[in-house]
Amino acid sequence: MIEVKDIVKHYGNHTAVDHLSFRVEQGQIYGFLGPNGAGKSTTMNIITGYLASNEGTVIINGHDILEEPEEAKKCIGYLPEQPPLYMDMTVKECLLFAAGLRAVKKDERQEMIEQIMGKLDLKDVENRLVKNLSKGYKQRVGMAQALMGNPEILILDEPTVGLDPKQIIEIRSLIRELGKEHTIILSSHILSEVSAICDQILIISHGRLAACDTPENLSRKMQGTTALELSVRDEEGRTESLLKDHFAGRVTVEGSRQNGIWDGVLQVKGDTDIREELFYLLAEARYPLLKLKQDKLSLEDIFLELTEEESEQKEECAPETDMEEMNMENAEQTDGKEAEHESGV
Amino acid sequence: MRAVYKRELEGYFKSMTGYVFLFFVFLIVGIYYKAYNLNSGYPSMNVTLNSVTFLFLIAIPVLTMRVLSEERRQKTDQLLLTAPVSIEKIVCGKFFALVTVFLIPMAVLCLYPLIMGRFGTVSYVQNYTAILGFTLLGAANIAVGLFISSLTENPIIAAVLTFLVIFLSYIMSGLESFLPSSMSDGIVMKVMEACNIDGHFQSFITGTFDLTAIVYFLSVMFVFVFLTIQNIKKRRWS
Repeated sequence: MIEVKDIVKHYGNHTAVDHLSFRVEQGQIYGFLGPNGAGKSTTMNIITGYLASNEGTVIINGHDILEEPEEAKKCIGYLPEQPPLYMDMTVKECLLFAAGLRAVKKDERQEMIEQIMGKLDLKDVENRLVKNLSKGYKQRVGMAQALMGNPEILILDEPTVGLDPKQIIEIRSLIRELGKEHTIILSSHILSEVSAICDQILIISHGRLAACDTPENLSRKMQGTTALELSVRDEEGRTESLLKDHFAGRVTVEGSRQNGIWDGVLQVKGDTDIREELFYLLAEARYPLLKLKQDKLSLEDIFLELTEEESEQKEECAPETDMEEMNMENAEQTDGKEAEHESGV
Repeated sequence: MRAVYKRELEGYFKSMTGYVFLFFVFLIVGIYYKAYNLNSGYPSMNVTLNSVTFLFLIAIPVLTMRVLSEERRQKTDQLLLTAPVSIEKIVCGKFFALVTVFLIPMAVLCLYPLIMGRFGTVSYVQNYTAILGFTLLGAANIAVGLFISSLTENPIIAAVLTFLVIFLSYIMSGLESFLPSSMSDGIVMKVMEACNIDGHFQSFITGTFDLTAIVYFLSVMFVFVFLTIQNIKKRRWS
């Protein structure tokens, strides 16, 4: 369906996408996951033909995006990070324009617009100017434009950013609904979102593919260790050494004691369950166990682990510039959000 | 292309831009028409139109400043450039929309000789040749403005640059006279003549149907529309 081969994109000296390759198969929802500045939007812009990659190719349904752009673009509906809407047009006019751009036949236009507006709940606002709409509605109008002409592939760049929780839930269920008929790629830096909606997750970091698998497989793969969180009443401060002596070699112990209570984390290697052993050990030593909690690696940890591994590798080759750029981008992002927040208030 | 053309044209009359442009053109042409033709009784539009070419200095930047820069600033170019429409068609659609807005006052201008004709003998050929030349001059300037608008994200910068470029071509005849006579058929002179858009309008004023000038104006339009397309294509790579 979509084949991305070895794409590279430079912005000046900064490499935004670095030899990225992956395939997208029909009928699934793909989640594009990565921290800010990982190259998600750039990759999406390259797939949709808005930007050209410096190296590599993107093939959509057998059409190269640069060689046969019109054929390739017909298959894709794109909702960029900021919905591309003309502020001085009404919702209906926007959709009519999108229908014209995507060469929907004249006699089918009206029907298609009605149908899409129904699907996205835009009926009530069809005659309102886009500039007066809330962010949530703008997002939906953008989505409606992307749906125009019924493209096989939908590419959504951070579709839920800046929406309130209710709208986020609505958009998510909408995406799930659309996933039945379209192949969808959506990007996000929110993990719970991706794991809730997507069939496949592509994690990218520093422009490279860090992992690509189903959410279940990803967490299974990473289950090398299990973490146990525990709290023990410990007046004498001997818990740590007791645990270290007993589980020597099998478990790494980390923790600290405060007000007579020792809080720590045990990292257990392999697949063994040491909880019972731990309980009896502490009971015999007469250290009351106050809390014991087993943590399996969540997607969050996988994400952090994968992206951190990558950045460590990177740091070795380019220690300063890269990190600085990352930080700058993060800072910009937060500034933007604050500004949004302020204007919202 | 039709969708882009239609949206652009509607856009001009949904905002003030189109009306400001029309108002300005009618006002300036009207004042000169009243002075030369109605009050003084001169039976041809050629002098009138020759005197009002300065209106392009303001009217064209007003018309073209936002045409591509605003798309980029509002990120609506993402919609256009990811739609299954070629960049050529998008740019041509925009250019034709701009020319159409300009053709509205030109069509009204075509009535002016008829008004004069009611009160005396008027050479319609001379009148309409002048109007044709004026229209071509305007359309060529629009192509220049379109190109400049594709260079920047800021409509104000686009407007100022367009003003400067059109101003330069407007005073080019004067600049040419600075050259020493020894250089009068050198390469510098040729380049300056090519930049002198306004100068090519002069033959229409004298009532000649100048084919070279028509080819010149059409070439200017073609070159600048082509450059605009190339510039947008180039931007994807940077």
